[in-house]
Amino acid sequence: MSIKILIPTPLRPYAGKQSIIEVTAQTVDQALSDLVAQHPDLRKHLFSEDGKLRSFVNVYLNDEDIRYLSKGATPVKETDTISIVPSVAGGVRP
Amino acid sequence: MALTIPLTLYDQLRHHGEVTYPHECCGVLVGEIDEAGGKAVKTVVQCGNTRTDSPANRYHISPTELVRIQREALLAGHDVVGFYHSHPDHPARWSATDLAEAHWTGCSYVITSVEKGQAVFTNSFLLLDHDEAKRFEDEALEVIEE
Repeated sequence: MSIKILIPTPLRPYAGKQSIIEVTAQTVDQALSDLVAQHPDLRKHLFSEDGKLRSFVNVYLNDEDIRYLSKGATPVKETDTISIVPSVAGGVRP
Repeated sequence: MALTIPLTLYDQLRHHGEVTYPHECCGVLVGEIDEAGGKAVKTVVQCGNTRTDSPANRYHISPTELVRIQREALLAGHDVVGFYHSHPDHPARWSATDLAEAHWTGCSYVITSVEKGQAVFTNSFLLLDHDEAKRFEDEALEVIEE
């Protein structure tokens, strides 16, 4: 089935400047695989060399962090939206 | 390239740092990005600082909040164009931690120094490149009188 992935501002240059991309998938993993198949330049920004999501990349299915669902195996349905959001943090202390 | 922001929103993000003093405040800048990379802030979204273990010198925005803000921005035809936070009793310059934990390349990171509860300087820094090449550059911050 076809679902939407929302692409954050910093990844748009690697996603054909699109903010919303449609993918075909049954699970979150399949959705991200289809996304990277469509836009291979995204791979290194989303995944580390061992194929895991980079530590600062958050993936949500609707309003739920997939780490608290079934991670990549979480099933998706037609009305779902996947959001990718890099973390935002900092501060004066080292 | 510059980051432009209406005066009311500029005042709003500076005031946020005064309200949360001596803790760091944080929030999201939503707006528009033109073809040349210029950014115009249309909305300032205040966020909570989830670093309750060290709020005086660290900040973190909940990704759950970010997901909602990004989704609402896109539905409104806008984008996340940057972020802001405060440095209580510390200069309005990015720190090593700010750079290490910045991942929104192409976005603006606005920092306000708050001294003894009063907002003093506000500067914007543009995040460029990724990984080892990642760096901040000073960015013009243009405050527009409405």
